[in-house]
Amino acid sequence: MNLQSEIPLDYMIVLSTVVFFVGLLGVLIRRNLISMLMGIELMLNAVNINFVAFNHYLFPHRLEGHFFALIVMAIAAAEAAIAIALIINIYRRFATVSVDDVDELKY
Amino acid sequence: MDYSYTILILLLPVSLFLLIGLLGSRMKPAISGMLGTSGLLIITLLSYITAFNYFTHRVGESFQAVEAFQIVWLQFTDTLIIHLGILLDPLSVMMLVVITTVSLMVHIYSLGYMKGEVGFARYYAFLSLFTFSMLGLVVATNIFQMYIFWELVGVSSYLLIGFYYERPSAVAAAKKAFIVTRFADLGFLIGILLLSFYTNTFDFKTLTDVNGPVIAQPITAVFMGMSVTTWAMLLIFMGGAGKSAMFPLHIWLPDAMEGPTPVSALIHAATMVVAGVYLVARLFPIYSFSSPDSLEVIAYVGSFTSLFAAVIACTQLDIKRVLAFSTLSQIGYMMVALGVSGYGGEAGLGYMASLFHLFTHAFFKALLFLGAGSVIHAVHSNLMTDMGGLRKYMPVTHITFLIACLTIAGIPPLSGFFSKDEILVAAFEHNKIIFAVQWMVAGITAFYMFRLYFNIFWNNSPAYHHTPHESPATMTIPLIILATLSIFSGFVPFHDLVTTDGMPLASEFHWMIAVPSVLIALVGIGVATILYLNKNSKSDSLALGLKGVYTLAYHKFYIDEVYLFITHKVIFNLISRPVAWFDRHIVDGTMNLIGNTTVFFSGAIKKMQSGEVQWYIWYFTSGVLVLALMILYLN
Repeated sequence: MNLQSEIPLDYMIVLSTVVFFVGLLGVLIRRNLISMLMGIELMLNAVNINFVAFNHYLFPHRLEGHFFALIVMAIAAAEAAIAIALIINIYRRFATVSVDDVDELKY
Repeated sequence: MDYSYTILILLLPVSLFLLIGLLGSRMKPAISGMLGTSGLLIITLLSYITAFNYFTHRVGESFQAVEAFQIVWLQFTDTLIIHLGILLDPLSVMMLVVITTVSLMVHIYSLGYMKGEVGFARYYAFLSLFTFSMLGLVVATNIFQMYIFWELVGVSSYLLIGFYYERPSAVAAAKKAFIVTRFADLGFLIGILLLSFYTNTFDFKTLTDVNGPVIAQPITAVFMGMSVTTWAMLLIFMGGAGKSAMFPLHIWLPDAMEGPTPVSALIHAATMVVAGVYLVARLFPIYSFSSPDSLEVIAYVGSFTSLFAAVIACTQLDIKRVLAFSTLSQIGYMMVALGVSGYGGEAGLGYMASLFHLFTHAFFKALLFLGAGSVIHAVHSNLMTDMGGLRKYMPVTHITFLIACLTIAGIPPLSGFFSKDEILVAAFEHNKIIFAVQWMVAGITAFYMFRLYFNIFWNNSPAYHHTPHESPATMTIPLIILATLSIFSGFVPFHDLVTTDGMPLASEFHWMIAVPSVLIALVGIGVATILYLNKNSKSDSLALGLKGVYTLAYHKFYIDEVYLFITHKVIFNLISRPVAWFDRHIVDGTMNLIGNTTVFFSGAIKKMQSGEVQWYIWYFTSGVLVLALMILYLN
């Protein structure tokens, strides 16, 4: 309860926005596939912050936001497993993890 | 009586077709031939058993139609149901016997005639297909089933005419036969639709029930001054005229002689071309009660065709074409007999005579064709100018051919005499003009048949490349059997068996008709003997004397040219070309425009799919941003 009065919701939103755009920027400009994956994870965590923050500030007696955050984490874990498997395969096939060199699937 | 075994009559030939058609190329040719022939032997025996059982089991005084087998094939609505089944009545049972007998003879004959040909197995497969379709046609329980088999018959005829498909003339002939009969079948289909629309039934039993609703309550609708019944029946007759090669739809039959000769004997002489006669006979009660006008038309068309074809037959040099025109002429006789007939009792003489003639004609015309095939086999030419004096080399063919010629000329006591005589009696009682024409045609028939006979077997021999020889036994045995049938089939008590109402018909012998008809036949034979027995210039000088008529007849009265003019000059130029232009430029143009526009735009934007994932994310992110901004500010 105390925390709520000290830190306003706006801070949370700003934090999550910053984290989201840092992640997006990472996905957009980093050439390394692993870094891009990390960017995606950041974006997912930004969403999690939003979920938890809104749940906590707006509907303190309900739990859906927390559950969503948990589900997103589970999915992020699964997604990371798959993405790393893909990256390993790409590396075996092309001997690189740079996204610029993996552009065979085009017109 | 239990007639359920008759389903085998249809199932056997179709399974033979599938078996030989699918596996024929892996068998030895002789095996596929023997398979087809022995299968057909079984079918023939089954037909004979059916005929025996049927004709020995009268119900009271008359024969009743029996539905041996019936299943629902397609059910669209409560009234629109299409059945498949087997209908046995005197007409169809008689046809079963004719078809299987002639088909069996042709199967046996082909073992010798087609020996060593490429596609021997294919030939037997097609023969089985034809036999199946023809048998299905005659046992059809309803007009729609008949139409299906009618088209199947057309297809098998097409396949067999075009059997020598590497020969352009055969391909053209097959196409011509198919297109002409198909055109006629369009009329048939419209007729069926009209008739069934107004009567709510396809079923022959209901349609032709004399006391039934169809005949008791005639259709009252009128179209362009004629009752719809007459329209429907005339259109149905158009289909029959196409298959039976009645004037003016006869042009395909002479060309159909491009097929192997046994095929001509089976399809284009004995069975398929009489399908039109069968069709009219099948629907005879409707013709007779509801639409006597169309019967009148049938009589005149038949009469004209028989005269027209007989005149052409006198001038042709190709022996198969002479026989083709003779077939036209004889089918004309059958049509005349149907046209002059009434229904029931003595009035139904013409109907009986027509089917009697169909029955006898099948045997003697098949014999003539097979005999001609035997001659062609020996001489390797179709032209009678390449023949002559063959009686010394081919005694069996000679004797059987002579019997057939005498039969078709109507010399007693051969079968042709009896059936033709009945037709002439029926014509005489109904219409004197038609009688006079048919009587004259009898003389012309005798003349052209003996012209053919003398030119092949007498006259002087030309220089043969190798001495002609008698054909093998597989070919002569069918000739002998058919000759026997030609002699004796006239004694079948037809007027007891196949009549309009199933009751026996008291038939008496008419000296007043028989004597003149035999006399004119003898005159015809006499004239032919004078002109053609030995090589002399009399026939040439006669042809010169009748120059105009002769040239006209030699060129078949230019009917083919008229057709070509109408189709190529009139229809192609006035209808087809404008329609083709519209299709190519307007319809195709619109479609091409749509296609080209799509191609252009996709060419322009396809560079976006570069394979570089980060660019896709850029597009996606900016799209989402734009959407978000729109939601925020435009709402």
